[in-house]
Amino acid sequence: MAINLKVNGVSSSVPAEPDTPLLYVLRNDLELNGAKFGCGLAQCGACTVLIDGKATPSCVTPISAVAASEITTIEGLGSIANPHPLQTAFIEEQAAQCGYCTNGMIMAAKELLDRNPQPNEADVRAALASNLCRCGTHNRIIRAVLRAARTNGRT
Amino acid sequence: MNAPAFNRRQFTAGFGALVVAFSLDSKLALGQERLPGSLQNNRRLDGWIRINADGTATVFTGKVELGQGILTTLKQIVAEELDLPLGRIRLISGDTGQTPDEGQTAGSQSVENSGTALRLAGAEVRAILLDLAAKRLGVSAEQLAVADGVIAAPDGRQMSYGDLVTDLELNREASAKVAPKPPAKYKIVGKSVARSDIPAKVTGGMSFVQDIRLPGTLHGRVVRPPRYGSTLDGVDEGAVRAMPGIVTVVRDGSFLGVIAEREEQAIKAREALRKSAKWTLGPELPDPARLFDVLKSLPSKDATIGVKQGSVPADARRFEAVYTKPYMSHASIGPSCAVAEFKDGKVTVWTHSQGVFPLRAELAKTLKLPPAAIRCVHIEGSGCYGHNGADDVAADAALLARAVPGRPVRLQWMRDDEFGWEPYGPAMMMRAKAALGSDGKIADWEYEVWSNSHSTRPQSTNGTNVLAAWYLAEPQKMGPPTSPPQPAGGGDRNAIPLYEFPSQRVIHHFVQDMPIRVSALRTLGAYANVFALESFMDELAAAAGGDPVAFRLAHMKDPRARAVIEAVAKKAAWKEGEKGDGTRGRGIGFAKYKNLACYVAVVAEVEVDRGNGTVRVPRTWAAVDSGLIINPDGLINQIEGGIVQSVSWTLKEEVRFDPGGILTRDWASYPILTMPESPAVEIELINRPGERPLGAGEGSQGPAVAAVANAFAHATGKRIRDLPLHPERVKAALG
Repeated sequence: MAINLKVNGVSSSVPAEPDTPLLYVLRNDLELNGAKFGCGLAQCGACTVLIDGKATPSCVTPISAVAASEITTIEGLGSIANPHPLQTAFIEEQAAQCGYCTNGMIMAAKELLDRNPQPNEADVRAALASNLCRCGTHNRIIRAVLRAARTNGRT
Repeated sequence: MNAPAFNRRQFTAGFGALVVAFSLDSKLALGQERLPGSLQNNRRLDGWIRINADGTATVFTGKVELGQGILTTLKQIVAEELDLPLGRIRLISGDTGQTPDEGQTAGSQSVENSGTALRLAGAEVRAILLDLAAKRLGVSAEQLAVADGVIAAPDGRQMSYGDLVTDLELNREASAKVAPKPPAKYKIVGKSVARSDIPAKVTGGMSFVQDIRLPGTLHGRVVRPPRYGSTLDGVDEGAVRAMPGIVTVVRDGSFLGVIAEREEQAIKAREALRKSAKWTLGPELPDPARLFDVLKSLPSKDATIGVKQGSVPADARRFEAVYTKPYMSHASIGPSCAVAEFKDGKVTVWTHSQGVFPLRAELAKTLKLPPAAIRCVHIEGSGCYGHNGADDVAADAALLARAVPGRPVRLQWMRDDEFGWEPYGPAMMMRAKAALGSDGKIADWEYEVWSNSHSTRPQSTNGTNVLAAWYLAEPQKMGPPTSPPQPAGGGDRNAIPLYEFPSQRVIHHFVQDMPIRVSALRTLGAYANVFALESFMDELAAAAGGDPVAFRLAHMKDPRARAVIEAVAKKAAWKEGEKGDGTRGRGIGFAKYKNLACYVAVVAEVEVDRGNGTVRVPRTWAAVDSGLIINPDGLINQIEGGIVQSVSWTLKEEVRFDPGGILTRDWASYPILTMPESPAVEIELINRPGERPLGAGEGSQGPAVAAVANAFAHATGKRIRDLPLHPERVKAALG
């Protein structure tokens, strides 16, 4: 089987069964490191990507369900040379310890800022409620999202 | 891809291509002068630092990055002593083919051990470079100035470190006699240098062992039994081999795994194997309702420590309380992962183990290979917080890769593998007794702690200490668990109070039999002991009619301890004698980690929902003295992370089990603190440039649990002595 997927604006044909979770195709076929395997159960948020703009756990999303969708991963937001304001803010706030949850935090925050460009702290906490962090960098992550919101407002 | 791609070539040179000259055997050091820090067992200068012709330095450390920012901190230390900019230092860490053996990266000791070695080696290498330059320039070394790796003579002539490499001989023993810079001259140490790993982590760069993608990689998964000690009677291998993409099924006794071309195929095959496997079940687990009776009934090795003999007034009032802590999971967000490849009779394992050399020793036993045929290379994984599945998955991956020589096998545990099989932080029971004199001071203190081992890490015992080895057709056994001695201690870590009591006894009941697999979780026994000790201090303060802060200060002489207690009270605007209002309250907790590392005091505020039993911790404050501060923001990150993690442990965490096996298998059965529930943290750092830097990665968890437990008691007037403070327990306590 091969299925066509549009990821970060680029269409690719991937040789996977239709029920394959999107996460494995992103990581192994498209060689995108951003989305992480955390639980395979949609409980932790580490694998979050945007499907047509909506933050979605890629670990339980079969590729057959997203063949007609725009899929955005953290690689699609920006790069080290040309970072998205959220990526810049996470660096400036040093908002990581191990950084394994960071992908999911940024992607969930992206969806939040797209629908609510000026969130308050409670909005940020609520938007990231299903993304787990184990190192205890919660406060830095919240500050980074609020910083990105301020930056977005200026540009 | 945005970030540097994983480059295979950098890992291919490790078998003998480099001449690694440092001593790997601590016995060789016998009879030699003792050197500070990790120089003691790794005495060659070029084992730590090499200067390259382009003026850069390659620096080696046996410690590894676990998300704690240690590599940035170590770079700061060595850059400072070498007078090189951070950008001209390449740090290589945790590789049995290249770096010093510094054992485990654990116990908040990296700055103290590796940092000390790099500070002294850096100062010595700089002095050697200056001597060489002095000879070439015909001036004395004292006349030379150094900045950014360029040495300048008084007459303006210059020479870079790179110009001197042809004459530089660092294959010699470190003397540790060159004095490092005085802190007043520091330019890099003491600054909040940004972590070098974060840009890749926020842009999808290659950052983790999970991200390694070698050509021809196959995907492995393992199938574990329903519970500990089970044996595999049979499994339908043929049906699984016929599934799409399956390369092979690997069975060695009761060790069972599968290798597939694609990851999702391996996952499906694992499920099929799991369904068809027939097991003879191992022994039942204890009844959780009787857990602490069971632990106390097992044989124990008892040690009496911290004894002070003093007379106790006859009219002293006596108090007693018993506290417990459940099994807790490391609960790494990313399940453990490793990549292994067999080639020409040798195996390379890419691993997020905390100790690549100890892991190599276990793999040698498991695979029956000489250590020289095994190379373990550290690549970061998800934060581990102690001994999680990292070493076990490395052994699993090696056992699978052995079946497919020439093909790398990537194996990431599934979520239920990690929760079900990692070694947990042990359950513990603490009994405290004290006598309160008529002067309102503690006259006598007696404390007992019952605990399993807090380290069954690789090489912590004899036998073989990786999970898969115990299930092979020729099973290998773990040796009897051990407990690290005082003063650091294991289950008795921080069991000896730092307070001044005229009379005291502490008894450590070390229980070797493990009904449930346990090992090192961040702080070892300190979290539970500080919880018990500092809770009891508050109970005694209340009995004496004293304020918790004043009561602590009345029993504390150590000026650095007093300083953090006073600083946090001030920062939190602590009001002496303030009463809780039934739902809101505040508490304080203090510890000097291990009684020999950083001093931390925490104040926590709680809000209790008396209807549904939920405890929230909206705010916390901390004061920290970790001696000389290398990287203030890195220190804050560790201390605040420790507080948030400790609040999670304290309010929510408990591994669930019944006699049939472990029930904690996912995040629904092991909830942790979420973003809306996390406390605000305000931290005050007390820098002491004249004091040596003290480990801080585990400093705040103990004080934080005590602060929360004391705040709950302050808010409600009811004391909970069993962790965690989950809603059922809170409702029961509030009646």
